Amino acid sequence: MLEPLVQNLVFGVLVGALYGLAAVGLSLVFGVTKILNVAHGELLMFGGYASFWAVTLLGIDPFLSLVPAVMFLAVIGYILYKLIFSRLVKLDESVKIQNTLLVGFGLSLILQNIALRLWSADTRGITTFYSGYAVTSFGIRFPVVRVASLVIALVTLLALELFLRRTYTGKALRATVENWEAATLMGIDIQKVYLLAFVMGASLAAIAGTLVSVGYSIDPMMGLNWTLTSLIVMVLGGLGSIIGTFVGGIVLGVTQSATGFFLSQSYREVVGLVLFLLVLVFRPQGLFGAKER
Amino acid sequence: MLKLDQIDAYYGDLQALWGISLEVREGEFVALVGPNGAGKTTTLKVITGLLKPKGGNMQFGDRRLDTERAHRIVESGISMVPEGGSVFTAMSVLENLEVGAFTGKARSSKDDSLKRVFQIFPRLEERKRQRAGTLSGGERQMLAIGRALMSKPKLLLLDEPSFGLAPILVQNVFEMIAEINRQGVTVLLIEQNIRVALELATSAYIIENGRIVGHGTGDDLLSFEFVRSAYLA
Repeated sequence: MLEPLVQNLVFGVLVGALYGLAAVGLSLVFGVTKILNVAHGELLMFGGYASFWAVTLLGIDPFLSLVPAVMFLAVIGYILYKLIFSRLVKLDESVKIQNTLLVGFGLSLILQNIALRLWSADTRGITTFYSGYAVTSFGIRFPVVRVASLVIALVTLLALELFLRRTYTGKALRATVENWEAATLMGIDIQKVYLLAFVMGASLAAIAGTLVSVGYSIDPMMGLNWTLTSLIVMVLGGLGSIIGTFVGGIVLGVTQSATGFFLSQSYREVVGLVLFLLVLVFRPQGLFGAKER
Repeated sequence: MLKLDQIDAYYGDLQALWGISLEVREGEFVALVGPNGAGKTTTLKVITGLLKPKGGNMQFGDRRLDTERAHRIVESGISMVPEGGSVFTAMSVLENLEVGAFTGKARSSKDDSLKRVFQIFPRLEERKRQRAGTLSGGERQMLAIGRALMSKPKLLLLDEPSFGLAPILVQNVFEMIAEINRQGVTVLLIEQNIRVALELATSAYIIENGRIVGHGTGDDLLSFEFVRSAYLA
C-alpha cells in the first residue's frame, strides 16, 4: 500500500509544480494590472502548441523549444495587450473586473477555435527518445522529463523572484501592485509596467505550456481547466507571494493525487474546488499570504 | 515657478475645480487651505498629472504641464507626498526610497539623496531593512516625505501631512517640512489644520467649493475676520 501511495504523491508534486508555474503568470498579471485574465489557460495552450510544432517541424529538443515558445507567446502577449487589454486597464475599478471577465472569456473562445481550426481537436504530446526514462529509487519511479520540468519551473520562479526583488524594473512592478497612483507619482510609467507584466505573464504561460506538452499532453480545449487550476492555486498561495503560489500548486497537486488514490480519480477536480472554497472562507489571504494591515 | 491659470477639472461629469488660478514662486512655502471636499487634493492631482484638467493652463518654469503625462511631470521636478503617506507597505523602507529615485536623473544621484534623507530622518536609517507596513503612522509620513525627496524635487507637494498624526508629531512633521523648505525646496502644502499651516506659510490660498476665495500672506489671512470666524473659531 505504501509504495503506490508515495508514487502517487510524487506524481502529485511533479504536476503541482506546473500548476504553480501556471498560477504565477496569472497572479503576476492580476497583481499588477488588476485584470483577471481568464484566457491565461489558452495562452498556456498556445505555448504548448508552439513548443509541439517547434519540436515536430524543426526537430529540436523539447526543452530547447522553450525558447521559440516563449518568444512566440511574448509577441502574442504584446499584441493582445496593445489591441485589447490596454483599453481595459484604464477602466474604473468598479467595472474593470466585469468587463475584463467578459472580454477574457470571449478571447478564450476565440483562441480555442483558432487552435481547433489550425491544429484539429486531436490530443497531442511530445515524445522523445528519453520520454520513457525514469530513475527508480526505493521502488519509486521519477520520470526524468517531469523531474526536469519541476527543476525548470523552480528555476524560472527563482529568477522571477530575483528580478522582482533586485532590479529597478522589478521594484517598479511591485510598487504598481500596491498602489498605481503612488507609483505614478514616483515617475513610473505604469502603462509600460502593465505591458511588461502582461508579456511576462504570457511568457510564463508559454513555459508552463511547453512543460505540459513534454510531460503530459495538449489539446485545444485544455485552457479552461488550466485557468481554473491557476485561479485555485493563486487563491491557495495568496496574492503577491511567488514561492507561496508555487507551494500552493504543489499542495493542490498532492491533494488531487491523494484524492485519486483514496477515493476515485473522478473526484480529482472536485477536491481542488473544495479546497478553493475552504481557503476563501477560512483563510482568504491564502495559505502563505501575509495579512496586510 | 508654478502657475495655474483658470484650471477647470472634472470627475466624470462632475465639475470639481472652477477656474483655479494660483502661483507658487521659487523658494516659497505656500499653503492651500480649505474645508473637506473643497478641491484641495483635486488641485494637487491636477498638478501631478493624475487628473487632466479640461480647461485652463498650467506652467512649471517654462514647461507646459497640463498636456504632460504624469510620470514625466515627476522628472521635471515636482514630487508629491500623497495623503496618508501611501507608502509601499510590502516593500522595505530602503526599497521605498529607492523607488522614489526612479527617474533617470534621480537614479544616478541616488546615494547622495539617500544620505540627505537619512540626515533629515535618522529614524528611517535605523529602520531601513524593515517592511514599511510595520512602521508607525509618523514614521510612514516621514518615509513618504523622504521618498518624495529622493527624486530631487524643486517643488514638493504635500497632501495633509498631519492627517491621522498625534498633535506632538504634527508639530514635528511641520518643523521638518519647514527645514526642507529652508534647504531650498519650494513647498506647496495642503492642510485642514489651518492655523498651523497659515503660521508656517509665506503665502496662502483659501479654496472653497472648487474655487479660490482668498489669497494673501499667511499672517494676513490669520487676521482676516472671515477666516477666523469660518475656520479658527
